[in-house]
Amino acid sequence: MITFRINGAERSLDVDPTMPLLWAIRENLGMTGTKFGCGQAQCGACTVHLNGAAIRSCVTPVAAAQGAEVTTIEGLASAEGELHPLQQAWIDEQAPQCGYCQSGQIMSAAALLATNPNPDDAAIDAAMSGNICRCGMYQRIRKSIKRAAGAEAVVGVFDPQAVTEEVKHV
Amino acid sequence: MSEQVQENTQATAKPSGLAKWTRRGFISAGALAGGGLIIGVALRRGDRRDQVADLVSKEGDTLLSMWVKIDEAGKITAIVPHSEMGQGAQTVLTQMLADEMDANWADVSFVEAPAEDEYANGPLGKGYLLAGAEIPAALMATVDGAMHQAAKALVQQITGGSLSIRATGVAGMRVAGAAAREMMIKAAAGTWQVPESELTTANSTVMHKASNRAASYAELASAAAKFEPSNKPSLKDPEQFTLMGTDLPRHDIPSKVTGEAMFGMDAQVPGMHYAAIRQAPVFGAKVKSFDATKAKAQPGVTHVVDLGDAVAVVATGYWTAERAANAVDIKWTATENDTVNSESIRQQFRADLAQAQADGTSSADVEAGDVSGAFAAAAQVIEATYEVPFLAHSCMEPMNATARFANGQCEVWTGTQNPLGARYEIAAALEMDLADVALHQHFMGGGFGRRAMHDASIQAARIAKDTGVPVKLIWSRAEDIQHDFYRPSVASQFRAALGSDGQVLAWDNIYSEKHEPVEAPVIPYDVAAQHIHYTNSSTHVPFGAWRSVDHSQHGFFTEAFFDEVAEAAGKDPYLLRRELLANKPRHRKLLDLAAEKAGWNQPVAEGHGRGISLQESFGTLVAQVVEVRVDQGNVSVDRVVLAVDPGFAVSPDGLAAQMESGVIYGLSAAMYGEINIEAGRVAQNAFDNYPAVRMQDAPLIETHIVNSGEAWGGAGEPGTPGIAPALANAIYQATGTRVRQLPVSRYDFNYRVNEPEELI
Repeated sequence: MITFRINGAERSLDVDPTMPLLWAIRENLGMTGTKFGCGQAQCGACTVHLNGAAIRSCVTPVAAAQGAEVTTIEGLASAEGELHPLQQAWIDEQAPQCGYCQSGQIMSAAALLATNPNPDDAAIDAAMSGNICRCGMYQRIRKSIKRAAGAEAVVGVFDPQAVTEEVKHV
Repeated sequence: MSEQVQENTQATAKPSGLAKWTRRGFISAGALAGGGLIIGVALRRGDRRDQVADLVSKEGDTLLSMWVKIDEAGKITAIVPHSEMGQGAQTVLTQMLADEMDANWADVSFVEAPAEDEYANGPLGKGYLLAGAEIPAALMATVDGAMHQAAKALVQQITGGSLSIRATGVAGMRVAGAAAREMMIKAAAGTWQVPESELTTANSTVMHKASNRAASYAELASAAAKFEPSNKPSLKDPEQFTLMGTDLPRHDIPSKVTGEAMFGMDAQVPGMHYAAIRQAPVFGAKVKSFDATKAKAQPGVTHVVDLGDAVAVVATGYWTAERAANAVDIKWTATENDTVNSESIRQQFRADLAQAQADGTSSADVEAGDVSGAFAAAAQVIEATYEVPFLAHSCMEPMNATARFANGQCEVWTGTQNPLGARYEIAAALEMDLADVALHQHFMGGGFGRRAMHDASIQAARIAKDTGVPVKLIWSRAEDIQHDFYRPSVASQFRAALGSDGQVLAWDNIYSEKHEPVEAPVIPYDVAAQHIHYTNSSTHVPFGAWRSVDHSQHGFFTEAFFDEVAEAAGKDPYLLRRELLANKPRHRKLLDLAAEKAGWNQPVAEGHGRGISLQESFGTLVAQVVEVRVDQGNVSVDRVVLAVDPGFAVSPDGLAAQMESGVIYGLSAAMYGEINIEAGRVAQNAFDNYPAVRMQDAPLIETHIVNSGEAWGGAGEPGTPGIAPALANAIYQATGTRVRQLPVSRYDFNYRVNEPEELI
């Protein structure tokens, strides 16, 4: 049994611990915002946060999430439903086209802003280089990140202590 | 393959409905000049409206025409016969309808048309081809062939050919909106007993100023529906537009930032299993035998299905299915193509081109002037051979489909560029009545032409039928890259004759493989003697439409070779283009704009290069100037200045987004894209050997829009063809090496290469 918190709620799954986290999220938990693109950590469509860090869930065994905090695109807005500044910026810049890669793009960008609230172009390149957009919306994604970075930051910074406490309580 | 299935379908499946539609289409063709074909079908009394009413209307709705309905609360819904793959066409088409209707944008939404015959949009493409396309006279014979294609497309509901705005929008949505507005006016005039000429409309309301009366569209809807819709409602002049030409937020975007958008991949069917697939590596091979003992022994595996040319493994989860598929030992039949490789295909092209030249068996696109006389009199003749490789689409969302087969009925959930065509093909493949096949359309995670094919949907339906359980079939990335329908590999040979003064006397071009659009290899330049011809040199690699189709290769070929001509003529490539566009002011103006915005007259630093291109495709003109930097052999594309003239930009920001997208898609192909054939099969299998441009490689793209007022053109594809030649021309300036083969990654720019094909 693998137990972890996802978007604030604790879940336990009786699955093969070597199965990639992506499939646990999509199939076992029914949350389809996180996408399958390549299964080889080459495209970034499956990006989620594991204890605040952006990871490629298609190659991360679900066992690695044991006791950890997982955040997916569905958990990025506030509990009250207020969009994350990046999500709002993505709308304001009309960044998505087909939209399939955008969950992963936004999750990579959110991890970036959590540690670097005002990234320059080089920092954006470095953080986003693992996320392919076949519609080629890089210019708009870059602008969206800068727009969100300029906004009042409500980006949470991961606090390992807090999560551990929460997991204990549940 | 697709076309054959389609033909069979026409012969066998539900001929009555099909014939009816076709006949009506041709009846209306008589009044075609104004694009009246589809309007006649759409708006004629007693035509489709009764039939489609129950498909799109709830109780209390009134259907005004094929493309719009209005409910009693005043909510206006456009019914859009196009699917969404990122191009934003559904919002833009709705915008066109709402503007002509004088609807309040806040009241307006849209639904995608169901996959029913009544919403086939093939006639729109046909109407477009006849009404507005600028086709060189020499190509008219081929256009007849294209017309035949369009007629066959009557049973299709295709999103492609950059047709949404220029065909459905212009001939359908605008006219339907204007007709709806006229019906509202008629209804108000009747109710108030005032002349129609005294009535005005705005914000979903009809007003009579003289008596200070107003009625909302919601109030008038029932009365309006009793009137005969006009076949030729008067359309607005651009200066009257209130929504067209403005940037309205796309309706599909909010769900795409929250994870709520439902792609085919995200379909959920109760009790469904998951399927992984292994398809014959060599196109045309079949399953000879297979041993699934090890696969079946894995926990969670429920079925192994022989599909004839593929084996599918079904399990309770996709990961389990995919792992088990690796454990199936499959033997494939031998084929005559088992020894074919990219080099043998290249040699075949060259041999076939030489043969066609020698025998005079090529087919001509353009024959003008005295070509042989011009070459005989030339002071200088230059020649070059250009080549491009096969290309895969590599959509972000790998091919997938979910199917359920129960009680003799089949349901399929997927994202497709042609929902109606998918239904027909699934029905044909499973030998079912069309009425027993349902298609649930989803967002597409990229299309680019790939999702006009229905292979994965048919496979999913067959697996579901065979196993009796609902199945979501997901292709791995490797299956997706290795079983695409490919932009063909093409070779193109040029000769140009120049006079002693640098005048371009003749242009001779022969190439292999021709698809669509027919005019793709035609040059806009004023060269008196031209011979543009081709020979077929087919391969076993399946053909598919790839964003901009034939323009994707000919844009590169013609615009890169043009720079060689300019150099031989001793002229600046921009200025020579300008000189030879003296009779094409629209082209010339756009080229000038791109050159000016890019600072063409500014000096270029050592190691840098600037290249230009001009390409007309899908009714839209695009001029691009690309700036590159070559440092220790590494090419960086820093900036693309793009000028685009679509006639009129209905959604300027949407057009800019399509230009950005088209440039990056074309740049990925130009820089790195190649599908190689080894032992009959595709060698590439992942994003590391079939790369895409990433954030750090993406140039700054500046888009400048010109509304020339000419016939409205497309947006999805025209940005793609011009990037490769402009890039090649820029690289030449930076390095002195002519890029005559794509991708650019084949070249080592640490060395100056004059005859690249001999060294790689």
